[in-house]
Amino acid sequence: MSNTQPLLEVRNLRVEFPTRRGTLVALNDVSFDIHPGEVLGVVGESGAGKSMTGAAIIGLLEPPGRIAGGTISLGGKRIDNLSPNEMRPIRGRQIGAIFQDPLTTLNPLYTVGRQLVETMTTHLPVTPAEARRKAIEWLELVGIPAAAQRIDSYPHEFSGGMRQRVVIALALCAEPKLIVADEPTTALDVSIQAQVIALLKTLAREKGTAMMLVTHDMGVIAETADRVAVMYAGRIVEIGAVRQVVKHPSHPYTIGLMGSIPPITHRLERMQQIEGAMPRLSAIPRGCAYNPRCPQVFERCRMDRPELMPAGETRAACWLYDAASEQGVLKAAQDA
Amino acid sequence: MFAFIISRVLQALPVMLTVALISFAMFAYVGDPVAIMLGQDYTQAQRDALIQDLGLDQPFFVQFGTFLWNALHGEFGMSYRLSRPVLDLIAERAPATLELALTAAFLALLVGVPMGIYTGLYRNSWLSRFFLTFSLIGVSLPTFLIGILLILCFSVWLGWLPSFGRGDTVQLGWWSTGFLTVSGLKALILPSITLGLFQMTLIMRLVRAEMLEVLRTDYIKFARARGLSNRAINFGHALKNTLVPVITITGLQLGAIIAFAIVTETVFQWPGMGLLFIQSVGAADIPVMAAYLILIAALFVTINLIVDLLYFAVDPRLRVGGAKGGH
Amino acid sequence: MNAVARFFDSDIWWSFTRNPITVVSAIVAAICIGGAVLAPWIAPHNPFDLASLQLLDAFKPPAWSAEGDPTYLLGTDDQGRDMLSAIMYGARVSLLVGFLAVVMSVVLGVSAGLAAGYLGGTVDALLMRIADIKLTFPTILIALLIDGITRAVLPRDVHDQIALYVVIFAIGFSNWPSFARTVRGSTMVERNKEYVQAARVIGLGRGRIMVTHVLPNVLGPVLVIATLQLGFAILAEATLSFLGVGVPPTQPSLGTLIRIGNDFLFSGEWWITIFPGLALIVLVLSVNLLGDWLRDALNPKLR
Repeated sequence: MSNTQPLLEVRNLRVEFPTRRGTLVALNDVSFDIHPGEVLGVVGESGAGKSMTGAAIIGLLEPPGRIAGGTISLGGKRIDNLSPNEMRPIRGRQIGAIFQDPLTTLNPLYTVGRQLVETMTTHLPVTPAEARRKAIEWLELVGIPAAAQRIDSYPHEFSGGMRQRVVIALALCAEPKLIVADEPTTALDVSIQAQVIALLKTLAREKGTAMMLVTHDMGVIAETADRVAVMYAGRIVEIGAVRQVVKHPSHPYTIGLMGSIPPITHRLERMQQIEGAMPRLSAIPRGCAYNPRCPQVFERCRMDRPELMPAGETRAACWLYDAASEQGVLKAAQDA
Repeated sequence: MFAFIISRVLQALPVMLTVALISFAMFAYVGDPVAIMLGQDYTQAQRDALIQDLGLDQPFFVQFGTFLWNALHGEFGMSYRLSRPVLDLIAERAPATLELALTAAFLALLVGVPMGIYTGLYRNSWLSRFFLTFSLIGVSLPTFLIGILLILCFSVWLGWLPSFGRGDTVQLGWWSTGFLTVSGLKALILPSITLGLFQMTLIMRLVRAEMLEVLRTDYIKFARARGLSNRAINFGHALKNTLVPVITITGLQLGAIIAFAIVTETVFQWPGMGLLFIQSVGAADIPVMAAYLILIAALFVTINLIVDLLYFAVDPRLRVGGAKGGH
Repeated sequence: MNAVARFFDSDIWWSFTRNPITVVSAIVAAICIGGAVLAPWIAPHNPFDLASLQLLDAFKPPAWSAEGDPTYLLGTDDQGRDMLSAIMYGARVSLLVGFLAVVMSVVLGVSAGLAAGYLGGTVDALLMRIADIKLTFPTILIALLIDGITRAVLPRDVHDQIALYVVIFAIGFSNWPSFARTVRGSTMVERNKEYVQAARVIGLGRGRIMVTHVLPNVLGPVLVIATLQLGFAILAEATLSFLGVGVPPTQPSLGTLIRIGNDFLFSGEWWITIFPGLALIVLVLSVNLLGDWLRDALNPKLR
């Protein structure tokens, strides 16, 4: 997969929030690729910068947040420095977005049909009548029963799960190459989460759409994603193929995250938990941001910040894998 | 729909009854109507006869019932001050007040809503800042002072517009209108600006606040994420959602305009119901006050009903109450 | 950090110093209020000292115009009273009425809101229904009615004596629902918080919990509304006085002065109306600007 030209390239992305007590760095040195048709899962605790990354990509950072450095390229063309007018045809058409809460993402005063039609007529060369026919097809495709009748219903006449299906149809209907899905199932009933994730996965595969799936749910990632990026305090701390990251996590933080998923196979003795809490953006410690919570912390972690480096089958930002350091050598010896 | 109207009417009933009760209490217990009606010299027999005549010897609820019954027939008694039926007095003056209030409301909406939308959308432009400062001055300026300043400017110094009265009116049946003559229209300009200015600034601030609120919502963000044009987002999605609360407050404000007409009418000696009311307050003319109170309450209740119906038209979430059974 | 230092480090102080309009309006408000409160000591003349009034000095235009008299900076009225002094004394009455009316609204509204929010049920339904009905009618109309009724009930001389208090009551009584609604909302939120539950568990009485635990938590919004309402109350008093049903002519407020001056508008003595009018505008505008700023500063959503 990695020999194709990446669809999305994010390089050294830095997002800042100027506040009265100084500038907060919400995202720092974030780099990753998404290839055509690939699903990249992005996980982390709330406040780690997952959603912020998604918002930066679709160009909808909440002011006063702003991209302060790095580049975002879509299909080889930079999109981080476009004007709002240049960005508008890209949103919806090239990059679709799915938000967290389907109860609030649909305009309550317009029928779902109208919202679908206006999205398609904005981006595609279709007449309103064609758009309406396609809208019905989309509603069928996302599994709305009796789509031809329901097209004239208002959002409040649908249940939460059904509304998220409508949102998915809206995100996909202009046939974008990339979908940014920000916690698409968090607000839904647990019993419906699996259905919606399965739908998203199937549609993305059918349409060949790449997806950036932001979630704090490792289970969803394990099931859906091809690759996964783990974020902590505004940085990516580990990135790699999903199977490797889940089965053989390298970064102590990822290891902690995996420990906090209840295993299905055997009875749970005691669920592990990561001690402490993620630092606030205004108080990120020196060195590795994870060092105060890290069970394997050593001197260097408190001094220098590690970059992503090869670590087993994945890449992790952790001094344990630095071939030049004593601990790295020890670790390598242990693994061998 | 029909059930909705019925329920709203039922909700309005207690309000109307309370107001009627207050009016009646004023009517029956404030001052001594008998003494006022009889004047200085009277005998006890005359007094008793009048008491019986007015039904003042009846139990409370009978009296209240009679009062309600009479009120429903437009029978509010005689003005103490002018010794004429209250209904005639009010009917004579209602057109003046209503024409003034409608013109002012129209003005307030026509200018206030666009200004609110503009300041909500472009909240950092210098024009928005200017509008906002202007609106704060508008809210801080008492109506009567606006009137006085306008009179000083346009009547006393420039001599362009009349400073009092309605100008020439044309009689259409019992309705006297100032809309059809040049002097009537000229006379309307200053009072309607005076009356409308405060409401205009209020509507502008309200629309702006709502617009800002709506622009922060997820569905507007999602509309942006779908790549819709600014026009579609601002005027299609945002504006329509802004309208719902704006309709409510505007409705209430229309009621307030009628009440504030009291002040404007005093400044401009506009021969409307407000002027009649203020003269009645000064003279403790209870029947006129009571009738005015009931009329204003009825007007408010009617406006509220219209507001609810408009709601119904704008917001589909209300409409389904009846339709949901079909699904 | 002590309380003073904490205040100067707070977001409120920061947003205050950052906004020049707010600083200016605070200074202007301070000058207006200072001038009004200290009127008996700093006013150049005593407009109510009949002995010092000279009818010869009546209708003097402001000092800077051709026929102006430097003793009377802003001119004199029909009875030879110095306008500047009359305005200072008038602002005193206006502020007093406005302030007491707001205090009354706060007391009524906060008690009603606390009771409705904390006790709920019938009390809540009843109080809010009354507030609804009250809100249906504009302040000025209620105040006029109250004034009209007291006029009808009381003999004229008694009414004149207590007119000031009638006005305060009329305005105060018509403004309480906005406080009641806000406090009720906050109380219902606070009531279910753990510290209130805890206070209830340790056996504190309802009244005690409301006053010592819930009340301090709802004072922020009350302060904001009170500031904004002060402007409205001053305007309401001025309007009532202008209509001739407000404070008695023996204690003229700014509204009364404007009403008196209004009679001379057409004969050219514009200053008798315009200066009290300007004073009223400046006073209310500065109070409203402060209220606006306070609302924005205390409402984190708007920042």
